[in-house]
Amino acid sequence: MRQSFDDISAQLRARHRKSARLKWTSMGALGLAVLFLVLFFADMTIKGLPAFQQAQIQVEVDYSEQASQLPLAAVNEDMRRLVSRGYLRLIPGRMQNNPELLGTTTTEWVLADGQVDQYLKGHHSRLSDSEKAVVDRLQEEGRAELRFNTTFFTSGDSKMPELAGIASAAMGTVFTLIVTLAVAFPIGVMTAVYLEEFAPDNRFTQIIEININNLAAIPSILFGLLGLAIFINFFGVPRSSPVVGGLTLALMTLPVIIIATRTALRSVPDSIRHAAFGVGCSRWQVVRDHVLPLALPGIMTGSIIGLAQAMGETAPLIIVGMVAFIPDVTNSFTEAATVLPAQIFTWAGEPDRAFIEKTSGGILVLLAILVTLNASAVVLRKKFERRW
Amino acid sequence: MNIKVAQRGENVMKQDELGQPVTRNEDANHELSIRVRDLDLWYGSFQALKSINMDLYQKNVTALIGPSGCGKSTFLRCLNRMNDLIPSVSLTGLIEMDGRDVNESKMDEVALRRRVGMVFQKPNPFPKSIYDNIVYAPRMHDLVSRKADQDELVEKALRDAGLWEEVKDKLQQPGTSLSGGQQQRLCIARAIAVQPDVILMDEPTSALDPISTATIEDLMDKLKQQFTIITVTHNMQQAARVADYTAFFHLGEVVEYNDTKTMFSNPYTKKAEDYITGRYG
Repeated sequence: MRQSFDDISAQLRARHRKSARLKWTSMGALGLAVLFLVLFFADMTIKGLPAFQQAQIQVEVDYSEQASQLPLAAVNEDMRRLVSRGYLRLIPGRMQNNPELLGTTTTEWVLADGQVDQYLKGHHSRLSDSEKAVVDRLQEEGRAELRFNTTFFTSGDSKMPELAGIASAAMGTVFTLIVTLAVAFPIGVMTAVYLEEFAPDNRFTQIIEININNLAAIPSILFGLLGLAIFINFFGVPRSSPVVGGLTLALMTLPVIIIATRTALRSVPDSIRHAAFGVGCSRWQVVRDHVLPLALPGIMTGSIIGLAQAMGETAPLIIVGMVAFIPDVTNSFTEAATVLPAQIFTWAGEPDRAFIEKTSGGILVLLAILVTLNASAVVLRKKFERRW
Repeated sequence: MNIKVAQRGENVMKQDELGQPVTRNEDANHELSIRVRDLDLWYGSFQALKSINMDLYQKNVTALIGPSGCGKSTFLRCLNRMNDLIPSVSLTGLIEMDGRDVNESKMDEVALRRRVGMVFQKPNPFPKSIYDNIVYAPRMHDLVSRKADQDELVEKALRDAGLWEEVKDKLQQPGTSLSGGQQQRLCIARAIAVQPDVILMDEPTSALDPISTATIEDLMDKLKQQFTIITVTHNMQQAARVADYTAFFHLGEVVEYNDTKTMFSNPYTKKAEDYITGRYG
């Protein structure tokens, strides 16, 4: 029977409806995912941005004889509770370093107590009504305001929220990642070069290959146990240090780098290898002069993504003792340190409400670094991408 | 050795003079370059080459023709041991060059490839500049070190490959930016830059347009003054045009190895005649 266009269209209607339904469902899924992402970012930003500001108040500081013994005496009685204890503690030291201060009285902007900060930001605070009245008066006189929080970026952790910063965690992350990169990159790349360019295809290399792929799927906390057993207990690497954390993360990053490098090597066309062999290159010259340079963008992209993964990792570091309270900024590979995600984890467990914004602020910093790393991976890939 | 003497028109090559062409080409040079005796080659358990005997002469163009899968490219790759790169390949027999068996354990395949260069089917310049494409191998083999010598060598190789006039102003541009025919001539220049004795060409024009093909054919004719050229081709007219000697491969055997003119006008074997006249293949 011959069908007219109308007959065929009538039959097709149901099919078109079905594909439209599929389209809307998939768009809905995407929309939901985007919504979650936006909510997450908005929540983090709203909670985290206040962390980059901190209350300061203007007080008269009296560098009296008494103040050098009892710092509380330096500040007027009804202001004492409003000034950060961290600031007051520094007064005797400053007077010792600078004897001319003795007997003078100055008006200074000083770091306010965390509770004042929370009150000014409109959050719940533990200030008494009379204290609140004083803060209100100071604010009216322009002697209390929120200023950019440099402390957050320059100091280590503290039990006083107004003094807590991410600098020690950031430095710890830097040192740890240096160790991770220095260990995982050369070993990973050379392993991949061997497997891809030199190794014969036999049962042994197949088993290795399967194991490497499995390694990438192992829960990261097991790498922490491995790090504890091997690096700390067997080799005696100092615990909580960037060295042990970096080595542990290197174990975790290795399979990622190996797999990325192998993919990159495999994408170099064989015609280039043949050309190089044809002019009399040895196998190593083929790899060094021709294959590796062409595979390098892919290798770097994979390594950066592996490193970004390692940077966001907390679980294995708990086991090797890197989730710790580190008030001093780390500046070596062997002293106790913590890393950004571990710092966030620590803050998230603090009872003081002022740490909520620190937690979110820390997450914002971590996210900013991760986005930068991943973006640089994309840029590298685009820049060095070759077409054949 | 079991020597068969065939009569004209039969399917077996006359082998009273083992490995030599049936008819001599009086214009050609007859100094031996590569001697091949009883060469058998297997891919795993598949025998791809069966008892090949051939004398290849210096400063000649020798064309290898035959239907797809007949083993001509495999044979070509034996001559500079490119088959070493394929793990499943095993071979027996003798390939002798300069009095040495190229497959003996003391022979370094890198040294062999230094003397036996290769041009591939698809132009495959390195993704480097034109200049670096040429100078890379000579520098690697320590043939040149001074900048002036390098420049001279690049110019000479490009001139010999007939590419100099086209690229002399853009030596620093990537080799991959050239046209297909130019890329193939760049690959030839790259091969001759290390002054090899032999140049193997594996269907060098099959990816090129007719004009580029003609240029490369002229080039082969010129280059045989200096080099021994062994080329695989699917194009019988090309073999007839450029080769001094032609070998016809079929199912892993050399059916006929003959002076090109004789091969195309008056082939010795029935199979070669059938192939050349287009009855199959």
